[in-house]
Amino acid sequence: MLQKASPPTLRDAALAGRQASATRADTLALYHKLLLVRRAEEKIREEYASNEMKTPVHLGIGGEAISVGVCHALPPGTKAFGTYRNHALYLALTGDTDGFFGELYGKVTGASKGKAGSMHLAAPEQGLMATSAVVGTTIPLAVGAALAHQYRGEPHLAVAFFGDGAVEEGVFWESLNFACLKQLRMLFVCEDNDLAIHTAASERQGFRSIPEALQGFRCHVASGDGSDLQGVIAATTQILGRMEQDSRPGFLHLTYFRFLEHVGPMEDFHAGYRPQPSPEERLRLDPVWRVEQRLFEHGVSRQELDAIRSSIDEQIARSVDAARQAPFASPSELSTDVWG
Amino acid sequence: MSRRTTFRDALASALADEMEADPSVLVFGLDVPDHKRIFGSTAGLVERFGQRRCFGTPLSEDAMTGVALGAALSGLRPVHVHIRADFMLLAMNQIGNMLSTLRYMSGGQLRIPLVIRAVVGRGWGQSAQHSKSLHGMFGHFPGLKVVLPTTPQDAYSLLRAAIRDDNPVIMLEHRWLYEVEGDVDTTLRLPLGAAAVRRQGKDLTVIATSWMTVEAMKAAEVLAVRGIELEVVDVRSVVPLDEETLVASVTKTHRCLVADYDWAFCGFSAEAAALIGRRCFGVLERPVERLGFAQVPCPTTRPLENLFYPNAVSIIRMAEHMLELEPADVSGESFYSHEQRFKGPF
Repeated sequence: MLQKASPPTLRDAALAGRQASATRADTLALYHKLLLVRRAEEKIREEYASNEMKTPVHLGIGGEAISVGVCHALPPGTKAFGTYRNHALYLALTGDTDGFFGELYGKVTGASKGKAGSMHLAAPEQGLMATSAVVGTTIPLAVGAALAHQYRGEPHLAVAFFGDGAVEEGVFWESLNFACLKQLRMLFVCEDNDLAIHTAASERQGFRSIPEALQGFRCHVASGDGSDLQGVIAATTQILGRMEQDSRPGFLHLTYFRFLEHVGPMEDFHAGYRPQPSPEERLRLDPVWRVEQRLFEHGVSRQELDAIRSSIDEQIARSVDAARQAPFASPSELSTDVWG
Repeated sequence: MSRRTTFRDALASALADEMEADPSVLVFGLDVPDHKRIFGSTAGLVERFGQRRCFGTPLSEDAMTGVALGAALSGLRPVHVHIRADFMLLAMNQIGNMLSTLRYMSGGQLRIPLVIRAVVGRGWGQSAQHSKSLHGMFGHFPGLKVVLPTTPQDAYSLLRAAIRDDNPVIMLEHRWLYEVEGDVDTTLRLPLGAAAVRRQGKDLTVIATSWMTVEAMKAAEVLAVRGIELEVVDVRSVVPLDEETLVASVTKTHRCLVADYDWAFCGFSAEAAALIGRRCFGVLERPVERLGFAQVPCPTTRPLENLFYPNAVSIIRMAEHMLELEPADVSGESFYSHEQRFKGPF
């Protein structure tokens, strides 16, 4: 005779309740980060036409969950390296809208005093070591950081974010090879939007898929939907666990949809190089909308989300105002910071 | 304190002494720990410091330069070695887009203590892809230091200074200098960016780089017999450039010949000539002249290769031209060649 499962106790119920509320609080915190990135980029879209931000902007609307999710799962002490489409990475790691907008407005209050602009944001103190406008260029830097960790016997991780186009660069394979050879604690994160500027992967790549092309390398490979924040976090956590077990690098292949043009604040579906998603598809490809649906399931109300949004918008407005009012770097700054 | 040593051993000693002094120094590159040890310049390192700190790399010049940069950003002091400077062209994205720019673009947040060593090859038969020096091209990028040692002492002291420097430093070592012997004082600290007056003279300044310093010294020796005194200034460092020593010399001699180990067109010699033209205009007796490679890819066959490189004879002929002298008979002189290289001492 089967033993009957004992009914849930009050203690169990309390525990489950706490877990649910923890999940709810965690998801709200993540939503806050995700929405900060989204609203910051939407603010750029609003303000860009005024011609005060004199830096080319490669907006990542649609791809925010990758940076926010992966960074959420990274252990402390990780060194991260990214691309020119780096706003989400910068804000996910720093939350610093003052330094962010200061930099975009080219002001001395910017993270790099205006010498970086949008494409080269860095915040080494917060773990964002470098980003670059030349595709694939920071991948070996991350491998070098991983080498430094191994050299000093530190348990830290290094992570490189790059697009699907970078996989066509020789330096990607050189870097992957060396990381695998030396068994470095290195996570490669491919943010795959199927586009190199305006050219689809099918017109660029002579292999069936990126994960298949990696077969034969001594590394862990996982794929996921980069529009799904929880999925990104789960995939990152899982691959980090596998890397822990056998000291092999990891490769996370995450797909997402780039809603806007390659560079600039506009949509460009009229150009005809890719189909425009239907309204239903747009929602499914939107990481912010998807997290909102999950929050509604947790019983969060529209009003609560609106309040988060208002507070984020106020923070962004304050940062933009501060950036507008801040001074430019003095002429003497032209020749500083060349030499260490 | 001084001991007699070769240029190659001075390089190996500098690496060993820096690795001994600082656990964050590591040395890597293709074939760095193999049986030949980059012409002996990395000898003894892997035995003494192990494969963690001295290792061979995949044939991936671009990525390994980026790896060196990433390690430098993380607090190490890597030394990346290339057996030919020509191979650095495979890493030009990292060199020209990253090494030279990251500190500036970060608004001074990043520090890049990194050394790239490369051997400048020379015949016979090294041809067009094993013979470049490229110091003018590297010097063109703000943010890179570019050093060309000539003597064993410079090889030792400048390499140590390069490793201690908090900026990317490219050090270009001419293959023919490897056997040169000289006294090396391991306690002597030299800064990057100081030219050396190798020979005093009153008639004409030869501003020379790398192996051309050796050729200029030979030319000076030959001309001295005729009562002509060349002053030979070894640049040693293209970036930073010791403008004052160059200008002071020409201010004294009133004539200047730049003998560069590179193509003249768009090269360092043009930069030096412009500098002297601007700062010494009032004292120059005649326009600055330049000697460099023939403006062709380096040929393989020996007779053409001999025409490609400037040498002591071309310096002598140019000096005579600048001093309005008849060409001397130099048929009894012996000059340097692949078989008969200068062996020192300086």
